[in-house]
Order: sequence, then structure tokens, then C-alpha cells
Amino acid sequence: MLIEGIKSRPQYPGLVADPHANHHVFAADGDGAQAIIDLFNRHGAQIKGRVTIVYAETDANSADYTTRLKQLPVEFVHALPTIVTAIRRLQGVLNVARMGTRIYAAGTETLIGLAVQLSQELGMDPQAVLTEHRGTLARRVQCVHCKGFTENVKTNIVKCAHCGTNLLVRDHYSKRLAAFQGVCVDAEIPGELPEIVEVFK
Amino acid sequence: MNQEFKKETFRDDYTFFNSPESIRRFPFPFWEDKYMYSVNIEPHTKGPAGSVFEFPIDINEHYVSEMQDRAIVLKEDPLRCQALPHMMLAQWDFLELIMTSMARDYPQWFSLKTEGDHWHWINKPLNIDQKFVFGDVSTLPYEPMEYIGRQCQGDFSIQDQRDGQLWIDAGIITTQADWSLDFDVGMNFMEWHGPVPLAHDMKVFDRALKFLLNLQLDQPVRRLNWTMTINPRLDTSPENYNKWGKDRTTVTPENVGDKVHLRVELQALWRLPRSNAILFSIRGYLIKMRELVTVPKWGRRMHRVLKTLPQELIDYKGITRYRDTTLDWLSKYDDGAPTSQGGGAD
Ligand code: HEM
Repeated sequence: MLIEGIKSRPQYPGLVADPHANHHVFAADGDGAQAIIDLFNRHGAQIKGRVTIVYAETDANSADYTTRLKQLPVEFVHALPTIVTAIRRLQGVLNVARMGTRIYAAGTETLIGLAVQLSQELGMDPQAVLTEHRGTLARRVQCVHCKGFTENVKTNIVKCAHCGTNLLVRDHYSKRLAAFQGVCVDAEIPGELPEIVEVFK
Repeated sequence: MNQEFKKETFRDDYTFFNSPESIRRFPFPFWEDKYMYSVNIEPHTKGPAGSVFEFPIDINEHYVSEMQDRAIVLKEDPLRCQALPHMMLAQWDFLELIMTSMARDYPQWFSLKTEGDHWHWINKPLNIDQKFVFGDVSTLPYEPMEYIGRQCQGDFSIQDQRDGQLWIDAGIITTQADWSLDFDVGMNFMEWHGPVPLAHDMKVFDRALKFLLNLQLDQPVRRLNWTMTINPRLDTSPENYNKWGKDRTTVTPENVGDKVHLRVELQALWRLPRSNAILFSIRGYLIKMRELVTVPKWGRRMHRVLKTLPQELIDYKGITRYRDTTLDWLSKYDDGAPTSQGGGAD
């Protein structure tokens, strides 16, 4: 379960088929593949037209997932090694997409966040992206001081990968940046850190 | 000309202080001896001569020095001023509102002459004389929001209205109470208020948003908000929290009067005519505890408010570390006498 009650944090209501779209573009990572497979099992008949999947093989069992995704009635499955490369490929796919394209994103919050951010940057309505959360709760965190991003954060406190500041990972989330906010945790008494615990599993 | 404006700093040696007149007109935000969030919105109408409510845009003795501090912040961090591309019309709306208000209400300092789209703006305190074409960005040295934002006290954000929401899609924010424009740009009303404790459950934001979506042209509204700041520092941004955060540990019984400041934001909201956006001004006023207690009612009340403030608000406002020391100091100014309702000095 995601932590509830954080007002700036997006909701992920789950994938549903868009029967009016003529091109369905899926972005997924890790266990997000299962969400796509489940959607086809549930609503496969309503998914008409072209289907393109961009899949980041981020987990140990991802190669199996790629095989299973290719068995769906799809035009093409782009299998990429990381989230970053998958998002880059998604951009390539969306750059040539036409009217009637529906974007779906399934998997970790980071993958979903970056797909939503990309659609916004391409001038599409970010709220029109259909989303389903699967897998880790690890966070993408932006350091409010140097503005660098630190990926895959599982702990309440993390060292900024760029400036080395000890960051408290806040619950405040920016869709535009696809990241949670990290703020210096020991600014008041340098070196005084609370216990570091794994909270985003 | 410039002697009406004090030369002072809001960083390093912190030479800021208030004249007696500036203390007298301070917008003390507590109308009773306790404080809790509420939908405290009232019409932004003309107040008594000399008060901070006399004019829609209040220019005071700190004007020139505050503008210099803003220039330093923007030089070091351009991300403090941002506007999404669709906000250009709203930027011009904003520039028009500020220039016409300042020129009308402070003709000794500012003047605006318009002939169609050909405008001539003079700002004597800052030695600016600018002719430009309204609507033509290339005729100004900055985009309109930054141009006029560098010449007007207070932070400003501009909210686009669409899908029954307000979106913070532009702003010039250099004196904020610990929130980041760069992080918040593009968020909606509920999202950017996400970190505020208690108020969501009290439905404060639901009601405030509903009210604002219906805000009418020429009927601006205002509210007061407050926090506390150590040293008269304007730039208490999260970006620089790693620089100013440790100031919170420097409060001692000896220095409370000079170090601890009440920071009040006079926030006003205007519907903008061309863009239908909403302008939000955050006009900050700082007062030292030593200055505040020169008004006996304020000294008493500050003590009582701070003493009974809910823990969630103490933590959210960052007062936790120095609250007890400040309370001890203020207790000398609270003789237990009753206080009258309202923020006025009596
Ligand atoms: C539309 C213009 C407005 C903008 C841009 C705005 C922006 C903000 C921001 C950025 C914060 C800080 C949140 C954080 O901690 O990150 C804040 C706090 C707050 N806002 Fe607003 N706000 C607006 C209007 C209002 C209105 C109309 C109300 C009326 C009730 C309100 C009530 C509050 C309260 C109670 C807080 C907490 C303040 C504190 O305890 O220091 N805001 N606002």
C-alpha cells in the first residue's frame, strides 16, 4: 500500500482499456508488465488498433515478462535495460504518435512519474495518462539545494548523489519534476542525523 | 530623494530594523490570544491613512533595500523566478496592475504614462526610466513579471484557472517562508498546500479554493499569515535552508529581543482581467521581539499565542527549537491583563 494522505502525491487508480483509442502506448517496468497482462485478460476485447509496449527490464524476472508481453496482440515490444532508456524510447514512440493515442503507465512510481512528466512535456494532458502502481515504493528524490536527482531511494534519509547533502525525504511530490522533495536534514545541527531506516520498500 | 528609504541589509550583518512609525503600522495578525488556521479572507479594501492597508500595494521604508536583496537572490538563483509559457498574458496583467497602483498611490516616487500600447514608466527610488510597448516582451529588459517583480515589495505568484482548479504556473519568490517555487510550479491548490498540517482536515482549503474560483474582477481579497524567523532574513527558502537553518540554534535568553522576529505576510488576491488568472501577493513584514513589545498589547498577546499554539503548527513553522527561550523572554511582558479583540495596538 502506498502511504495515504499526502495531498501532492498522485493517485494510481489502475489500468482500464480506452475503447476509443486507435493506438495504445504502454510504458512499464518490472512487475508493471503483469498489470498490462492483467488488463489484456480483463479488457482485451476493448483494446483495438495498434499496441506498442515500451518495457524496462529492471527485475530478475523481466526477461520472462518480455516473452509474455510479446505473446499479447501487440505490434511491437521495445525491451530496454533501464527506466531511463525506456523513457527515452517512449519519447521516440510518442514523437511520431498521432491523434487517438492513449498512454498507459504501469510499474514503479518512478517509471509512472517519468512517463507522466514526458507526456506533459510533449504537450499532452498528463491527467489523461492511465496508471497502475506495481512493485517497489522506492522514490526518486530531488535535492532542493543542488536540484540533482537521486534514484531508487528506500530510506527516510539519503545522501544526495550530487552534492552529498544528507537529505530528509519529504512526502511532497512534484509531477512536473517526477520526484519527491529532499531537504537537508542536519542543517540546524550539522552531523545530527535521525536513525536511518528503510521505509520505501 | 532616497533618504525616505532606509539603507539596510537582510543578510550577513543584518542591519534591518523598524522605525517607530513602521512598528506602529505593523500588521499584527492575532485578533485574539490564541491562533488556529481558518478561512480568514476579507475584502482588500482601503484602510486608514498610514496603515499597510491604505493602498492595495504597500511601499514602505524598506523598499529600496528589499529590492536590492531580491536582486542578490535572483542573481544567485534564477529559478526563483519562473513562468510557464502559457502565462505571458497573465504576466502583462500583473505588470499593469502593479504599475497603475504604484503610480496612482505613490506619485512622488512612480509615474506611468500610456499612449495606446506605448508606456513610459519612471521609478525614481530605483532610478529607472523605461519606455516600452505593452504586450511586446522584446521592449523590456526582463519578462514582464520579473521586470515589475524586481521593483515591487512582496513575493508574487500567478495562478492559472482551469478544470475547476488553480495552478501555480508563475511566480517571483525570493522571500518565502520555507517553500520552493521551483518545486511547486505547475501544482494545483491542493498539491502545493500538501505539507500544511491540520488545515486540510478542517476543510480550510476546500472552502478557500471554492471562494477563489469565484473571485471577481476589481474585488480583491486579503488575508494575514505568519511565521517566525531568526534574524531579519528575507531569503528563508528551502534552497538555502542549509545556510540559515543553524540560526535557529543561536537563540539565547540574552538575544531573543533582537534575533527572534515575527514575520507576517499580508496576502492579497486579485482576478486578472485579460488572462482570468489570479494574482497572489505575499507582502512580508518583519518585526523584532524587542520592537513588538513596545506595544504592550502585542507583547502580552504574542506570549499567549505562542504558549497555546498547537504542536503541529509549532513544528510546521519551524519554531520548535527556540520556542521555550522566546516564551521565557516574552513572559516578562505579559502581566496577565486582559487584551481587547482585534490586532490593533489599542
Ligand atoms: C492562490 C494563492 C495561494 C498560494 C499560491 C498559496 C501558497 C502557499 C504555499 C506555497 C504554502 C506553503 C506550503 C508548504 O509548506 O510547502 C502555503 C501555506 C498556507 N496557505 Fe496558502 N496559498 C494561497 C492561498 C491561500 C488561501 C486563500 C488560504 C486561506 C485559508 C491559504 C492558507 C494557507 C495556510 C493556512 C498555510 C500554512 C501557513 C503557515 O502555517 O505558515 N492559502 N500557501
